[in-house]
Amino acid sequence: MKVVVDYDLCESNAVCMGILPEVFEVRDDDFLYVLQENPPEDLRPKVEECARRCPKQAISVED
Amino acid sequence: MVEVRRVVIVGASLAGLTAAETLRDAGYEGTITVVEAASSLPPDRPPLSKQVLSGEWEPHRAAPPSAERIDDFDLDLRFGVRAAGLDVGGRRLELPDGTLRFDRLLVATGASPRHLSRPEAMEGIHVLRTMEDCLAIRSDLDAEPGRVVVVGAGFIGAEVAATCRSRGLEVTVLEALDVALGRVLGPEIGGVVGDIHRDNGVDLKLGVGVEGFEGSDRVGGVRLNDGSLVAADVVVVGVGVVPNTGWLAGSGLTVDDGVVCDETCLAAPGVAAAGDVARWPNQLFGRSMRVEHWDNALEQGAAAARRLLAGAGEAVPYAPVPWFWSDQYDRKIQLAGWIDGADECKVVEGSLPERRFVAAYRRGPRLTGVLGMNRPRQVMQFRTRIAEGITWDDALAELDQGGDER
Ligand SMILES: Cc1cc2nc3c(=O)[nH]c(=O)nc-3n(C[C@H](O)[C@H](O)[C@H](O)COP(=O)(O)OP(=O)(O)OC[C@H]3O[C@@H](n4cnc5c(N)ncnc54)[C@H](O)[C@@H]3O)c2cc1C
Ligand code: SF4
Repeated sequence: MKVVVDYDLCESNAVCMGILPEVFEVRDDDFLYVLQENPPEDLRPKVEECARRCPKQAISVED
Repeated sequence: MVEVRRVVIVGASLAGLTAAETLRDAGYEGTITVVEAASSLPPDRPPLSKQVLSGEWEPHRAAPPSAERIDDFDLDLRFGVRAAGLDVGGRRLELPDGTLRFDRLLVATGASPRHLSRPEAMEGIHVLRTMEDCLAIRSDLDAEPGRVVVVGAGFIGAEVAATCRSRGLEVTVLEALDVALGRVLGPEIGGVVGDIHRDNGVDLKLGVGVEGFEGSDRVGGVRLNDGSLVAADVVVVGVGVVPNTGWLAGSGLTVDDGVVCDETCLAAPGVAAAGDVARWPNQLFGRSMRVEHWDNALEQGAAAARRLLAGAGEAVPYAPVPWFWSDQYDRKIQLAGWIDGADECKVVEGSLPERRFVAAYRRGPRLTGVLGMNRPRQVMQFRTRIAEGITWDDALAELDQGGDER
């Protein structure tokens, strides 16, 4: 699984980080960092929840 | 328990469509009929006061989040159909052209803007909820009016004012209270937001009431209760919304500023409600809430769908930490939790003059809310801690220990 963030859409509101801090981190510079681009398969439901709840629909999951 | 074969959803916006998707994700294979009063798919609403209003986005970019997947949900989707009544006991939904029987029903009819009384035919006075509203305002703004007057300094009004300033237009904001966003943010933080608008060139008039509108075919001014007149070529009224419950009169559901539900979003046997229209007791905060936030429409839509499929003993309380964002100029305001009726408010990171801060709100012994300005990381971290029920003292102690390791 590969996590892809469209940084043109992302507005760093950190919803994804609230759900899955192991993968998504908004730092004090207010940018989003993807900590694991290829997270383990058992995180898939959480990654999909992040994609669904991102208010900008900036996250996509490629298998 | 009867087998669930017919689910009906009223309202095809964020709460309704998220519920439809959740039903399918849960393996439900029966019919899902969705009735929507609007003639086409409602837009994602947040961009309507931001990117679409500014002209930065064309309307199609404000598609709802599930737009691309909607064909997979296998819905009987009926646009231009306004539900007219409900018979809870008989499990029948009244439509203009007949009735629809259901096993389960979701009320997801959202809310509509409050209007101010005005001369019928006068043009140039708007509210903002739908794409049509947005494009009507946008076309008035394209004509480069001399002055836009925004009535109401709530979130919608504040965002419209900021967007108009970004287009270089002169803007006056009229607010009945003594502070912008005072109803939600309280005097101190609301004061900061008001200052930001003034610094960006908004003529912010606080503590003024609107008496009426002047003009002939088009609006020319707004009459205030002190008798003075504010010139206006375009008026946007943002004085709050009311939940769309009129059609539920006599239905058997309890309506009290929203459809009253139990802690699991159930309003009556087989009937749930979600989104801007729903009122329910949030156990985490020990109080009844009706939440007008994007994230809640999504989460409650999903929770209500699961509730409708749940068997006896499977229902779980819906007890989220509400979360909301608002973009104004280069400031991002985010709110997590519940700050209305707080006993104490304290700036815990950054400072008000910097306009980059986190304010924490206490109710009784607990941390119940945080408000951040350009501090998304911290707001989200606190949101998690509020969900865990952290006390005020523990939250402050963690901050003292250099809270970033949280
Ligand atoms: C301009 C604007 C900007 C916003 N910005 C933000 C923001 O920045 N952050 C944030 O968190 N939230 C924001 N919001 C709030 C957010 O958009 C709402 O909370 C969300 O849309 C609620 O979704 P809903 O599905 O509950 O209701 P709605 O979106 O109101 O949808 C309800 C639907 O039901 C339909 N309906 C009503 N009555 C009937 C009937 N009798 N029969 C059939 N259909 C019916 C309506 O036509 C409507 O399409 C904003 C809202 C607006 C208007
Ligand atoms: S939720 Fe979406 S917009 Fe927010 S930080 Fe994550 S990717 Fe960016």
